[in-house]
Amino acid sequence: MGIFKGKSVELTTTDAAENAISNKETEGLSQRQIVFKRFVRHRAAMISVFTLVFLTLFVYTALDFKFGPWKIHGWWKYRIEDIPELRTKDCAGGNVGCPTFSLRPKFLGGAGFGLGEHPFGQDDIGRDYFALVMKGAQRSIMVMFVVGIVGGTLGTIVGAISGFFRGTVDAVLMRFTDFIITIPSIIIGSVIGFHFGNLGATFLALYLGLFSWTGLSRLVRGEFLKLRELEFVDAARVAGASNRRIIFKHILPNAVGVIIVSVTLLMSGAILLETALSYIGFGVVAPDVSLGLLISQYQDSFTSRPYLFWYPGFFIIAIALSVNFIGDGLRDAFDPRQRRRLSLKDRRVARTELKGGE
Amino acid sequence: MKVVISVAEPVLSVKDFTVEFWVDGVWYPAAIDMNFDVEAGKVTAIVGESGSGKSTTAMGLMSILASNARTHGSVKVKGEEMIGAPSSLLRKFRGKEVAYIFQEPMTALNPVYTIGFQIVETLRTHFDMGPKEARLRAVELLTMVEIPDPEKSFEKYPHQLSGGQRQRAMIAQALACDPALLVADEPTTALDVTFQAEILDLMRGLKSRLNSAILLITHAMGVVADMADDILVMKDGRVVESGSADAIFNHPTHPYTKELLAAVPKLGHSAKRTLDFGKSGKPAPVLTLSDVTIEYPKRGRIPAFTAVKNFNLEIFPGEIVGLVGESGSGKTTVGRAAIGLIPIKSGKLTIAGTDISRATQKDLSAIRRHTGIVFQDPASSLNPRLPIGESIGEPIYLAGLAKGAELNHLVEDLLDQVELPRSYRNRYPHELSGGQRQRVGIARALALTPDLLIADEPTSALDVSVQARFLELFQGLQEKLKFACLFISHDLAVVDILSHRVAVMQDGLLIEEGDRDAILKHPAMEYTRRLIEAVPVPDPAEQALRRAARLASKN
Repeated sequence: MGIFKGKSVELTTTDAAENAISNKETEGLSQRQIVFKRFVRHRAAMISVFTLVFLTLFVYTALDFKFGPWKIHGWWKYRIEDIPELRTKDCAGGNVGCPTFSLRPKFLGGAGFGLGEHPFGQDDIGRDYFALVMKGAQRSIMVMFVVGIVGGTLGTIVGAISGFFRGTVDAVLMRFTDFIITIPSIIIGSVIGFHFGNLGATFLALYLGLFSWTGLSRLVRGEFLKLRELEFVDAARVAGASNRRIIFKHILPNAVGVIIVSVTLLMSGAILLETALSYIGFGVVAPDVSLGLLISQYQDSFTSRPYLFWYPGFFIIAIALSVNFIGDGLRDAFDPRQRRRLSLKDRRVARTELKGGE
Repeated sequence: MKVVISVAEPVLSVKDFTVEFWVDGVWYPAAIDMNFDVEAGKVTAIVGESGSGKSTTAMGLMSILASNARTHGSVKVKGEEMIGAPSSLLRKFRGKEVAYIFQEPMTALNPVYTIGFQIVETLRTHFDMGPKEARLRAVELLTMVEIPDPEKSFEKYPHQLSGGQRQRAMIAQALACDPALLVADEPTTALDVTFQAEILDLMRGLKSRLNSAILLITHAMGVVADMADDILVMKDGRVVESGSADAIFNHPTHPYTKELLAAVPKLGHSAKRTLDFGKSGKPAPVLTLSDVTIEYPKRGRIPAFTAVKNFNLEIFPGEIVGLVGESGSGKTTVGRAAIGLIPIKSGKLTIAGTDISRATQKDLSAIRRHTGIVFQDPASSLNPRLPIGESIGEPIYLAGLAKGAELNHLVEDLLDQVELPRSYRNRYPHELSGGQRQRVGIARALALTPDLLIADEPTSALDVSVQARFLELFQGLQEKLKFACLFISHDLAVVDILSHRVAVMQDGLLIEEGDRDAILKHPAMEYTRRLIEAVPVPDPAEQALRRAARLASKN
């Protein structure tokens, strides 16, 4: 056998030399760890994660939380059903129920730091606006997660099946997808809202999820078409793996980057869709509360009582932006081509080092 | 009287040239203290294995590097300093004075433009030239690189040309401005041996005609022997040895150079391999293909394509049959069909006594206990999301033979067999080098101790020294486990080392088949002879003789 015998003793060293740079970058890390490391480095995404977690906790603990027979009391003194007396004093322009939230210190003529009785003000009949905004934000976050889960699952399954099996299955599923894409989501939403709006926000979210998987399914299909041609899929088939095993064990984990990224984007889209639907009156309907509904109810007061606009708007933007940034960070983290760029400072250091060295 | 430029001045002069990359907060050197000159009309070759920094050096000369790189030292092209030069000067020199030829002509040419357009573009960027004039010049260039029917090829898109012709088109583009220095980065690695020989002939001809200097980057010692006047051997970013081609090949002094030369498989130098079936006579074949035709079905407007026609082959237990041929000849298709990955259209295919021509899914899963396959590309043949232990153990697990601790034990045994540390079980494919991944591939293929192993170009993505060790391991395993093997390769030297018998394919047909020595030493077919003649031999003197012989037989 060995024409190489005796000559290959020293060759062990080349393994180490082989692509030493890439080895250095990936030393002893699993793919998941690499992705995590990259994600943590993404500053905007990390800030967004904390913001979102904080907002969710803040919003959900503010009001009473009912779960079956258990009831947890919220930390905020009012509930949305309470109708305290309308505050009439201290409001500019003869308004009623203006916010008591103040950041202006007393020596500058303000009321001093403090939340006051109704930090976000009161609505027309005196309900506490802070409580209403909290309730609306709860709805928005719930809609976001439900749409993400339902749309994400459906999109992944449809995309995976059509990408993996191709042929007729693919044609049928993709034409069906095209059909759904051609109907504007706002119209679907209006119809759903019109028929099922009174069944509650959860129901609305479920239905929105049923129609929002199309973009994701196309992306997943593309990813599957690409991955199924790789040799490890053939290797799995030769090893005797069934189609189901190949799809779920071998291909899906490799497509997870695409899925996570587009689900986060889908989620931020869902918030805006719910807001838009509620605004035009087909989403969440009174007496339930949502951020979009609050904005739409008080759109006439924009000039006189702009705070009724600002607070729900702030929460919509904060939630949607955080989710978007998280999606951005995930996309960057999952993209293997993305290398850390040299910062300007690093370059400057490099240049001075170079000068010193010569 | 003409002014004669001093011959002594080199076209390219590199001094203390270092390239470093910024990786995770540390400057990591990729090429260190390079010193060399390239003179007009000469070929200087940089040889080394992947990761040795040879391509980085080539790219660094004209500062075509990623943004996380820095260079220092001195690079002078025709006496002009390139390091730290303003980008306007660099742009002027790129393409005009220094032209590049890359490894993969399919990706280096823009697929949405015709090759004519791309050459014209280069011309008009550097010269004040009208479109008609540029077109004439482009056709002239295409004629010079011997593209058939240059007028017509001018209008063709890259995908309409064969690999060899694409590489010619790229050379034409590189030569558009009569560069003083041509940097060829693995110009023939992606090509078949016959194309490779033609491209090398072409480059040699152009060198003497245009008096350009050529900097040749390659890992193939045969190519170096064929082309180079001077050689630099690189390892881990440093030049370990340099000298004339004759000195390096015949009197290497550095141990690494010796190692590298020893690792190159040589055609017709391996010991005789005979297969003794003992007294019982020839046993039943493990794999039988009789009159097999394989067709890729019609898809949309693309008509059906017959990849393999009337193929006959038998492989007996314990035998390695090498299947050779140029790319597109249908070798891989035969390999995949032989393991049931591609259905056959007609004929009969029997594996270990089971006819799988009309097998159901259930029959196939039974067959898969007796077969294994090693794929070509170690990067894509392992699931990047599975630890390699799981990849290796999967066939055993799916066959229902073992689970849990018992499975772990079997996986450890397999890792021992392919000489990988047991601790690698929990590693992911990207943490392994190419050679190690290919060993994992073998371990997985051998997990069920198959009767038949299909090896589809398992060494084509490996460096020579890694390939040498891989082949040694493969031979050892085969002798121990006695599996039959269909070894698909385009590298005749590798087939020569391993196989008992050789089969040659051309355009989907089996044109020749027989004992290894019979085929490789006394081929009956013209095609086989051409394949053998085109293989470059890592010995400049012998290679010169072979080249002469090849050119003589061609004319």
